[in-house]
Amino acid sequence: MPALFILIPLAAVLLVNLPLRRLLTPAAFWLGLLLALAQAAAAVLVPDHAWIAPLGVATRLLRFTPTADLLTRVALLTIGLVGATALMVARAWTADPERRFRFANLALLALAGMNGVALASDLFSLYVFLEVTAVSAFILIAFGGERDALEGTFKYILLSAAASVLILAAVALLFVVAGSVSFGALHDVVPAAGRDPLVAAALVLLLAGLFIKSGIVPFHGWLPDAYSAAPAPASVLLAGIVTKTTGVYILMRAVTAVFTLDATVRALLLAGGTLSVLIGAFAALGQRDMKRMLAYSSISQVGYIILGLGAGSILGVAGALFHFFNHAVFKSLLFVNAAAVEQQAGTRDMDRLGGVAERMPVTGTTSVIGFLSCAGIPPLAGFWSKLVVILALWQAGERGYAAVAVLASLVTIAYFLSMQRRVFFGKLAEGLAGLREANPWLLVPACLLAAVTVGVGVGPWVLDILQLPAGSLP
Amino acid sequence: MSFDLQSALLLAGLLAAGVWTVMTADLLRSAIGLAVTSAVLTLALFLLGAPLAAVFEISVCAGLITVVFVSTISLTKPWGVEAALSHKQVRLRRFAFLPLLLFAAMLLLRSHAPHLDLVAPPPAHPVQDVREALWIDRRLDLVGQILIILAGVFGVVVLFKTRDAARQEKKP
Repeated sequence: MPALFILIPLAAVLLVNLPLRRLLTPAAFWLGLLLALAQAAAAVLVPDHAWIAPLGVATRLLRFTPTADLLTRVALLTIGLVGATALMVARAWTADPERRFRFANLALLALAGMNGVALASDLFSLYVFLEVTAVSAFILIAFGGERDALEGTFKYILLSAAASVLILAAVALLFVVAGSVSFGALHDVVPAAGRDPLVAAALVLLLAGLFIKSGIVPFHGWLPDAYSAAPAPASVLLAGIVTKTTGVYILMRAVTAVFTLDATVRALLLAGGTLSVLIGAFAALGQRDMKRMLAYSSISQVGYIILGLGAGSILGVAGALFHFFNHAVFKSLLFVNAAAVEQQAGTRDMDRLGGVAERMPVTGTTSVIGFLSCAGIPPLAGFWSKLVVILALWQAGERGYAAVAVLASLVTIAYFLSMQRRVFFGKLAEGLAGLREANPWLLVPACLLAAVTVGVGVGPWVLDILQLPAGSLP
Repeated sequence: MSFDLQSALLLAGLLAAGVWTVMTADLLRSAIGLAVTSAVLTLALFLLGAPLAAVFEISVCAGLITVVFVSTISLTKPWGVEAALSHKQVRLRRFAFLPLLLFAAMLLLRSHAPHLDLVAPPPAHPVQDVREALWIDRRLDLVGQILIILAGVFGVVVLFKTRDAARQEKKP
């Protein structure tokens, strides 16, 4: 069953490119949307035994044993949800069926790549699917063909290539140590190797590579340009899930399945997480471009995930995983809102906007939900995940880091209040008299994501569900 | 760490092809340089007993990536002679230290870690045949490779369509 998450998107791409283009061009969008939604539903509804039994025809065909623990399922759920959102935004972004067709194809390839990352059971396969996702992402950022988009793509390609070299070098060193790249073999050998210089070198290389891919400070230089220059649907996909799967998810998998969360690993994670939380938040305060502000906010929020991992406990990993999901949802929501404002008002410059909520009430209301969740205001989803991360840090004796996480939340409130005041509240800005509510293809995903944010926040049972994946880790 | 003459020559060739790729101001020559670098690396991998890595290297890097680069380059305007020369000089000044850094790193490694063994232990189930490795042992990675090729193809299509759209807009 898990192998289908890779094979079906691949088959869909091949199917819609058969020589019946007039019929298949519109089908690509609907097929992509259906698959992404079906994936999200399957991640929640398919019973446990169907994931565990590696006897499916597709799995035998590919001859691999997938990693299909609950951590994988949370990743697949998030990928499906954000993938569907990006496709709906693409529907509103362009009326050209050809462009929509090409976007749907690339989104399906990115979906297959990210699913491969989530399901991989060895480091080399994980690297291969990481590259599938990265190549699709490069093209998605450059999709519009504008100068800024090409510049953003170029920066992302350069830093991503450097990250790939570091990750591949780490994989090679671990292969030398363990004679295998499978998670199982590495977990048996690597922690026992102790202070072996090759293991230490592999750890540093892998963390550096994954920090670049995650946009962790000080390796974040590419991220604001890529997020803000990409076309709206690509921004949603990139900010919502691509960097999280290719960076943060692999980091979670690596530090739990390959390395142990010992003092050195924790110190590196806590340092990177703290720098990101603080620098991302303060940089967001000074932005005028709405998408650029959200990009810096992403750097800060990913810092919380890394801090959760750095706590080094089951509770910390649960908090990191919970914030991974929540951040994907509320940040996708905020990027959908930014796309709606840009499309209707014709600008993302927050100093030229104002009073938008008066004419775009659905966009305004959902953006408030996204902002409150991101700032960690109860009872929304973001509050619970930040609380779990801070509690985990406190319990681990890292009280200074816990205090930094709390204080940075205040800065988050400050930059989001500033955004709300400049964009949505107050008097309607000059030149916006004819402003109208956004396209339904932007309102539907915004309402869906806002509902998930509220639903996860008010449903305390979610904590149990996300505690389980952490408990299932080796 | 021991170097035989064959490995040393291949490494020198690899370095020379790599430097040429980076230093040449003509994008097309640079793409060809990258393909040559990949070809030398493939040879080195074969000789070092890693045929699977060699097959991936030749198929993805020397094949697909070169096609993608050459297609992309066809979308760009070539530089004039003076601009190309000035670019080369800037690049020479900026990166002249890199070969020295590499040489220093090699000396440091040889003096401080003379017994560093970077040879992997033999696998539990040695693969006798590249075909077996590619089509049976690493079938999932082959699917990944197909996905990368498809993404590359779509990349070229998107770039060409973007160029065509820009040309259409420029027409009066």
